[in-house]
Amino acid sequence: MLQYLALAAILFAIGIFGVLTRRNAVGILMSLELMFNAANINLVAFNKYIGAAGLTGQIFAIFVVVIAAAEAVVGLAIVLLLYRNWQGIDVDQMNIMKW
Amino acid sequence: MEAESSQLVFYLLSFIIVIAAICVVTLKNIFHSALFLILVLFGVAGIYILLNAEFLAAVQVLIYVGAVSVLIIFAIMLTSHLTSRKIKQSNEQVTLAVFICAGFLLASLASIANTVWRITDRPMPEHNTLTIGKLLMNDYVLPFEIVSVVLLAALIGAIVLARKEGT
Repeated sequence: MLQYLALAAILFAIGIFGVLTRRNAVGILMSLELMFNAANINLVAFNKYIGAAGLTGQIFAIFVVVIAAAEAVVGLAIVLLLYRNWQGIDVDQMNIMKW
Repeated sequence: MEAESSQLVFYLLSFIIVIAAICVVTLKNIFHSALFLILVLFGVAGIYILLNAEFLAAVQVLIYVGAVSVLIIFAIMLTSHLTSRKIKQSNEQVTLAVFICAGFLLASLASIANTVWRITDRPMPEHNTLTIGKLLMNDYVLPFEIVSVVLLAALIGAIVLARKEGT
């Protein structure tokens, strides 16, 4: 089981790197998807190796997939709105809420 | 024999996943990043199959590879002239981010290695999809309904956000 947890940790760290360094908002959303997948690998691995019998971990992984899809839809709608209003989606130029 | 071959498949899949994920976060051309993201999602579906989660692997391929990545590629295409390879795609904090990620990775690997896991090698349910369906309709019916309301809210929210003003 430890190998699956290690893979998930590596994937999550790569996702954090993407969120911290990308300027493009779509790139940040893609890195977020990587992190969701890392969390899901953990859930499914725990479901197989630890705990009582049943498939609770897989059920929660399905919920995570659904929430991730909803997040991607709303996030990309916001990206398109930003593109329409700002002609750019670089997040380091978005500072109108900074005082 | 079976354990050895599944080990081999696991290492192959995780090699593909890690290399493709690094490509996702570092490539200059964001469209190529999206294509490598699809490769990562396929690899994770393979990992699910290794972990006896066949239904989840199918869901992964249908929702992530089929829907989410198409959505991401649409967004990239609609903002296309911003994603040419001449534009710098990363900000000035790359070195700091590498240190943060390495620290996080070391901390989580150390905690994984130091925790005493109570691994029970119990058999998985025979019919994966059947069991998940029964669980969703009995024990988890309330979260199931709530998540469908969340999806509806996200749908309406995306339409309201993305439509033009005054139409």
